[in-house]
Amino acid sequence: MNGPHDLGGQQGFGPIAPERNEPVFHAEWEKRALGITLSCGAFGAWTLDESRHARECLPPATYLSASYYEIWTRALEQLLKRHDFVTQAELDAGRSLYRGREPKNVLKAEMVAGVLARGGPCDRPVGTPPRFAVGERVRTKNFNPETHTRLPRYARARAGVVEAVQGSFVFPDDNAHGKGENPQWVYTVVFDGPEIWGEGGDPTLTVSIDAWESYLERA
Amino acid sequence: MSEHRHGNGPEHDHPHDNHFTDMEARVKALESLLTEKGLIDPAAIDAIVETYENKVGPRNGARVVARAWADASFAEWLRRDATAAIASLGFTGRQGEHMRAVFNTPETHNLVVCTLCSCYPWAVLGLPPVWYKAPSYRSRAVIDPRGVLAEFGLDLAADKKVRVWDSTAELRYLVVPERPDGTEGISEEALADLVTRDSMIGTGLALSPGAVR
Repeated sequence: MNGPHDLGGQQGFGPIAPERNEPVFHAEWEKRALGITLSCGAFGAWTLDESRHARECLPPATYLSASYYEIWTRALEQLLKRHDFVTQAELDAGRSLYRGREPKNVLKAEMVAGVLARGGPCDRPVGTPPRFAVGERVRTKNFNPETHTRLPRYARARAGVVEAVQGSFVFPDDNAHGKGENPQWVYTVVFDGPEIWGEGGDPTLTVSIDAWESYLERA
Repeated sequence: MSEHRHGNGPEHDHPHDNHFTDMEARVKALESLLTEKGLIDPAAIDAIVETYENKVGPRNGARVVARAWADASFAEWLRRDATAAIASLGFTGRQGEHMRAVFNTPETHNLVVCTLCSCYPWAVLGLPPVWYKAPSYRSRAVIDPRGVLAEFGLDLAADKKVRVWDSTAELRYLVVPERPDGTEGISEEALADLVTRDSMIGTGLALSPGAVR
């Protein structure tokens, strides 16, 4: 979707503000927000793609004025309600008022090291060979779905070159919406700066994205 | 000074709602609720925080880069199959499941961003800094990378190519900076001290030996 998250190439956000010797967390609540989010991910009730979509569905004014862990927390509340683990009344009260859904897994302390070390690989085999080859010229599609996609706006309807076939991976555009993993080949596609940014684009710049096969057509 | 008490006695003369920011209150309420419902284990949260505060951080990536500098066959493995090469040093797991290493050269400087969210190679760099997740970096890295780099104090030569990698899928990128001059014959451990977090994102370069305390 063309949400507030799709920031590539937008202007007006001002300078970067690197912080010298930045701490891992800036507040205690950030630690808890990270841990709660990962713990709830372990329920197995939603996918990483669905949680990304929940974040990008936040209203633009909220998304752009929130710190990152605030974005996570607000999106997590939506997911917990959507999947019947909690109600809004419970979130408001901060206590249990209702017997909601039981999760498949509850992450316990002794499981943390193993779960983090395993991660969640999302490469999956597909039955067909890659449609595009390294060195081939391709064009990204022009679409504007209201649903989740990982083709950023700045890289739509642009011609580039396939630099690598990266393997086959879960397709987020479907997986975010409970339509299954439907894996596809993923390609690193390289664009010249001026192809994306047009007149005045830096000629020494190249930008690449990792694009699922259905985002691409032959140029 | 006596301990501040939160009883209901007469010494309690300030309003409660000044104690927490909105997010502190929101996250506390969420943790209490989920704990009461048996959905989360606060000790698991402690363990997650402990992992990313103390065990997983940019030192992991620095060891990968130092090994690549010191051992050409490891560098070749890293180039060909970064996931396996990095796993051989013990760095695996969440947000490092599928790794790719990109090498700076005299001709090309690499810069990594996630314009769509905050994708970052946790397994080798730990959790991302605030600026990496902020709109200013995510918006500008792909359109004005030289301007971004200048704000990090890195002025690239005009003829140096800039290659920006937008992490739009599940691949996580590690920039291997160029090995600094004057580092011949120093140990891999000492080489790792020259590798900064920013140099592995591409917003910095590796340090010169003289720049390390």
